Amino acid sequence: MTGWIDLLFVLVLVIDLFVLASSRLRAGIRAVALQGGVLAFMPLALAGAATDTRHALTLAVGALVVKALGIPWLLARATRESTVSRELAPLVGFVPTLVAGALGIALAIWLGSDLPLPFPGTHPLLVPTSMGTVWAGLLLIVTRRKAVGQVLGFLVLENGVFVLGLLLSDFMPAMVEVGVLLDLFAAVFVMGLVMFDIQRAFSSLDTEKLSSLRD
Amino acid sequence: MILAALQLAAFLLLPPLLLGVIGRVKSRVAGREGPPLLQPYLDLRRLAGKGAVYSRTTSWIFRAGPVVSLAAVAAAGLLLPLGGPASTLSFAGDFVLLAYLLGLARFATVLAALDTGSSFEGMGAAREAAFSALAEPALFLGLVSLVRSTGGVDLTHLLGDGLAASWRTDGPALLLVALAIFVVALAENARIPVDDPATHLELTMIHEVMVLDHSGPDLAMIQYGAALKLYLFGALVVQLALGARLADPWLALLAFGLGQVAFAVAIGLVESTMARLRLVRVPQLLIGASVLSAFALILLLR
Repeated sequence: MTGWIDLLFVLVLVIDLFVLASSRLRAGIRAVALQGGVLAFMPLALAGAATDTRHALTLAVGALVVKALGIPWLLARATRESTVSRELAPLVGFVPTLVAGALGIALAIWLGSDLPLPFPGTHPLLVPTSMGTVWAGLLLIVTRRKAVGQVLGFLVLENGVFVLGLLLSDFMPAMVEVGVLLDLFAAVFVMGLVMFDIQRAFSSLDTEKLSSLRD
Repeated sequence: MILAALQLAAFLLLPPLLLGVIGRVKSRVAGREGPPLLQPYLDLRRLAGKGAVYSRTTSWIFRAGPVVSLAAVAAAGLLLPLGGPASTLSFAGDFVLLAYLLGLARFATVLAALDTGSSFEGMGAAREAAFSALAEPALFLGLVSLVRSTGGVDLTHLLGDGLAASWRTDGPALLLVALAIFVVALAENARIPVDDPATHLELTMIHEVMVLDHSGPDLAMIQYGAALKLYLFGALVVQLALGARLADPWLALLAFGLGQVAFAVAIGLVESTMARLRLVRVPQLLIGASVLSAFALILLLR
């Protein structure tokens, strides 16, 4: 390992594990916000000589505003107003998901270092972090019963995609920015609508109740 | 030579002061004046002056428990560098002995608790055994990460000479290890997110319920042993966090002492700001600590 840029990547992965293990909704939202903040530093930390500084700065500020401030704020407001219970009840227990997440991250670190990339000189932890974070997000979506928990999982997954997007940001700057910032927004809006609808129809955000639909 | 003697003397004399600092921090945060810093010493003297009461159902195991556990913890103190240039006893693989001397101390306490035949104490013993089994991987994976990073196999090297270079190359991993060992320290010393040292309800106790039947000098030995154990874990965390040893040995010793006080203050703050975890959530915390340690090891093996 070299230098303290590693710390950013490690922090992202540790936050993944924390979100997997935390049972409090509020703590989960805060952790995802913090993860967004850490991600915002990454375009700057990874900027090499060839990078367009203005572009990296745009990406950083965009990530900070959207990932660290905007979406967490929206989520926190949604949970406050839709009277979601503050405890998350998972389908699979916290310890199994935590262990599965840790195994996935270990696998990502093992595999990620062997994956051939078209561009040399990428940070050795970049691909593993991205894969591990996507895995953690998937786990969250699959194991959480409440829609809010699943939205959190989706955000974590998006963060993983963002990390991988940093690889491409030198080559396709506009694409990455638009892709990263817009689909996230769209997703959260969709999820917000879904949550609102579930809430209105069943007066609860428990997606279990969707499977008991009858005519 | 003087330094070696001094670090041992500090190990034997200072630990109750850490308890005093924790108590003081907690009461200050709560807005109270709090007991004097030296209160744990006074408690120990008071207990040592009393007579002991033994139940008729207990055997020699009950009497041996406090003695064995105090002796094991004190012997473990010989293996760690406690602010001096080296640990008193050092050989390859001594960190394994350190972990299992602490394990022996716990085993003696658990046996003594079971020997009383009290159901409360059996409950506490079961919990203590289960939680410490979960804390052990966190500690060991952390120590193995240190071995991997520093390239040494004895604690003097792990926590001393090798550490400065490791912090430069493997900083993030070492940070994870320090965090995991801090969580283990909280669990092993029956501190708040895991156990409440001040609780008075037997049903929720872990460590305290095991020593309910001990009295007088036996209880003094147990409390002194607990203080020594806190000092040992403090030494682990502090040496790890300090990283490089200062060139001047006296300054190094001073830095170590200040680090221990900071460790006690940190525990006091954690105890003041956190609520105790429900018993079913404790394994989750400990497994989380193990996962952190394992993650650090994976980063180092990469």
